[in-house]
Amino acid sequence: MERRKFVQLTGLGAGALLMPSLLLGNNIPVEALLDPGMDIAVKKRLADVALNTAKSLGASYADARIGRYLNQYVSTREDKVQNVTNTESFGIGIRVIANGTWGFASTNDVSEDGIKKATDQAVAIAKANAIIQKEPVKLAPVEAYGEVSWKTPIKKDFKEVPVSEKVELLLKANAAAMDNGANFVNSNLFMVNEQKYFASTDGSYIDQDIHRIWPTFGVTAIDRAANKFKSRDAMSAPMGMGYEYLDGLESEKLEGPAGLRLYRNSYDIVEDATLAAKQAKEMLKAKSVEPGKYDLVLEPNHLGLTIHESVGHPLELDRVLGYEANYAGTSFANLDKWRSGDFKYGSDIVNLVADKVQPGSLGNVGWDDEGVKTKQWDLVRNGVLINYQAIRDQVHMLDQNESHGCCYAQSWNDVQFQRMPNVSLEPGKTPYSIHEMIKDVEKGVYIAGRGSYSIDQQRYNFQFGGTVFYEIKNGEIVGMLDDVAYQSNTQEFWNSCTKICDEGDYRMFGSFFDGKGQPSQVSAVSHGSSTTRFNDVNVINTGRTV
Amino acid sequence: MAIYTKEEARQIMEKALSFSTADATTINLGGSESGNIRYARNTVSTSGHRSNQSLSVTASFGKQSGSATIDEFDDASLEKVVKIAEELAKLAPVNPEFMAPLGPQRYDDDITFVEATANITPEYRAKVAAASIEPASEKDVTAAGFLNDSSRFRSTLNSNGLFAYNKSTDSDFTVTMRTNDGTGSGWVSRDFNDITKFDPAEAAKVAIDKAVLSREARAIEPGKYTVILEPAASVDLLRNMSGSFNARTADEGRSFMSKDGGTKLGQKIVDERVNIYSDPLHPDVPTSTWNGEGMPLKKTSWIENGVVKNLAYDRYWAGQKGMEAVPFPSNFIMEGGSATLQDLIKSTKKGILVTRLWYIRGVDPQTLLYTGLTRDGTFYIENGEIRYPVKNFRFNESPIIMLNNLEELGQQVRIDGNLIPFMKVRDFTFTSLSDAV
Repeated sequence: MERRKFVQLTGLGAGALLMPSLLLGNNIPVEALLDPGMDIAVKKRLADVALNTAKSLGASYADARIGRYLNQYVSTREDKVQNVTNTESFGIGIRVIANGTWGFASTNDVSEDGIKKATDQAVAIAKANAIIQKEPVKLAPVEAYGEVSWKTPIKKDFKEVPVSEKVELLLKANAAAMDNGANFVNSNLFMVNEQKYFASTDGSYIDQDIHRIWPTFGVTAIDRAANKFKSRDAMSAPMGMGYEYLDGLESEKLEGPAGLRLYRNSYDIVEDATLAAKQAKEMLKAKSVEPGKYDLVLEPNHLGLTIHESVGHPLELDRVLGYEANYAGTSFANLDKWRSGDFKYGSDIVNLVADKVQPGSLGNVGWDDEGVKTKQWDLVRNGVLINYQAIRDQVHMLDQNESHGCCYAQSWNDVQFQRMPNVSLEPGKTPYSIHEMIKDVEKGVYIAGRGSYSIDQQRYNFQFGGTVFYEIKNGEIVGMLDDVAYQSNTQEFWNSCTKICDEGDYRMFGSFFDGKGQPSQVSAVSHGSSTTRFNDVNVINTGRTV
Repeated sequence: MAIYTKEEARQIMEKALSFSTADATTINLGGSESGNIRYARNTVSTSGHRSNQSLSVTASFGKQSGSATIDEFDDASLEKVVKIAEELAKLAPVNPEFMAPLGPQRYDDDITFVEATANITPEYRAKVAAASIEPASEKDVTAAGFLNDSSRFRSTLNSNGLFAYNKSTDSDFTVTMRTNDGTGSGWVSRDFNDITKFDPAEAAKVAIDKAVLSREARAIEPGKYTVILEPAASVDLLRNMSGSFNARTADEGRSFMSKDGGTKLGQKIVDERVNIYSDPLHPDVPTSTWNGEGMPLKKTSWIENGVVKNLAYDRYWAGQKGMEAVPFPSNFIMEGGSATLQDLIKSTKKGILVTRLWYIRGVDPQTLLYTGLTRDGTFYIENGEIRYPVKNFRFNESPIIMLNNLEELGQQVRIDGNLIPFMKVRDFTFTSLSDAV
């Protein structure tokens, strides 16, 4: 969804195309990551400059976000370090309402003069646009929280872990893959620390320290004689955690079907790379799927992306209302369906919740980017659509007077708007394991990990691939499959959901690169679920000869 | 002001270079000013202005390199950023693929900067939005659109004597028009270096007409159809195909371009009427005349008469393979014919006209198979006429198969910085229907 021109990065999966957005900022030495940054008292004084300037220029509301975004990125291939990058991006974004219209400007000149100039610009834009504004912006009330703070509850700060330790770990994973038959391996480690200070004319001064981490790799096996190559990506998830995610704790590992190892809140990258190499080789000889109807058994690190596309996006209120019509699209889940009170989004066992509070998730923060305290709320309960995701300037269109707290901007340089919170499928309430689920399937496909994904602009028709596919026959896994993708319709698919494993199988999928808005912004989001069964889904064969 | 002249840029970079003690040093300086307006529901939603400038230094000792960036350009800051880069270089791992910076190069003069685009004001942007919203309201249609304009410069200078400078302007406009009964949707995209070529009212009309014409679409069976692809529909598939012109992944055996232990260079992969090249001096789609590492960009043929003419080699890989380095293209120009869209429709017995494709994702890198959907105006053609709008389809297709099934090429249109013809293709594979409007 970005303007891509000829950018191509290999071995990182689809999200890699948006990677430069993550790495915006100035290159700095690693020690500079530990610099505490601007004192909070100075931030408050400077934020007040923006708020007071805006008010003096006639703004009825203003908020200021002083952001310091620290990123570290380590990239390797086979036995080589390709890149170690540390970046810092620092600046202020000022949003105002003047003449009932939004205006926004940002600057990296975080001095009184720079802030006054940017505030001037924001107000000027608001006033210029007021001429074509139809209805004045209406904000839902928010509590004045005073001076408050929040931190991601991390155990190990990536900024304090030596780069050499990170490089060593990735090279060890690469060596494990090469020793087990890989022809190529690329591995990467992304680490993010957002230090965000928010102030608004509604009386909040909020200081937050947010951490995210994403270890990943792509392993490729090649059969030159057959002119074939296959890649197997990592089974990790990006998480809202510190470096402790890479501890590889045994207690967080799950034994999946077909010898798969699956990871909850702790990831063993060396073990996963070892298995990835073996599986990439196995893929070269896997049986091409017979197209037709199958019962699908979908693993959480796969199902998360399906939840993201077929539940997360269609229930964004700004899409429903048409604000994204020119880019991401609108939604089939329109207000009439919601108002009916009985729109069956899924079967009775489908309960989908939104939240910004789940520990370890990418969405987890204390307050959103317009100063609203975060929470959890229901989207679909017992299969029925009951709510959307909305922020201060739109929630009144649902006749609700409290923002859901899911406003976000990717940096100080971008305006904040409604972004997807974590959207998760509640686990089944009765004990039921993945192994029991497979035993109950006569003709099916087990899919683990993310793959190709595509969905229409109103979120009806979708097609998903995966990382690995296994054929299930009469309650048993009988072998690996190739060329698998499934096509369905959102409502039909969620109504075909017949079984959900219990909470022992629950874990999170995540993405650093949910794209939306113009200019496009990325956002990080998690989706939790347990392995889930969907009956009679259309599977196509994607093999072609060229 | 974030846009420096060539001389101002050279002066700042020479000053920075004067502080260097490394074996090799490269300085990059760039800046941009951009503004945007976004509207939806026939009213303005968000808009903004951004200004950025930064200078980065890459210092190398032997095969160890380090980079540091700064956004203040006084002497003390310049000295500091050079020192940081040098300290980082000494700590960096040895890069076996290190390439020394290029020496002096000769570049063609670029034609990428237009003063009028650099001078766009918030008032102009609001007028562009109004030129969509007013006619939309009159036709019972709702407009959602976006205009972004920017002016930028980038410059590079190194210790081996290379200096390059480019100044450019860009503007991108898209608008989606949806009928208020929710059954029709139309879209248009326009992009220019020179904003004076932009007619917002003309663009809005195209999208409104498509929205009105696409109301109450009928469902027809998915399957293989002759399609007329507007340039906006084929551009992303072609661009994705261009990604496989990377010589290294082809040589490594992990690309569509890999074959029998080598590559498909020199082999015919698509219909012989397909000619694709890049040209930074093409007046309709000009780009910078040098790339990120200072290599001159020249007119380069990628596919000639259906045959792979060049693969892109970075300097390291070219050295490994004993080849000349070939920089990746900065634009994509596919030769067309003289037929208008109307001519292509007239000569079609039975087919589908596709306005654009959406949410395109790779399915199989081996065959360049992609999936996605039609959007914002899909029409059934019979006996040389558009008969009625049809529901959107999901496709699963490879641009290689598509360009082998070529029926006819039409006139070229600029789309997203590239020049692409209308094209008629037989047996395009639609695999399912979508209810999306």
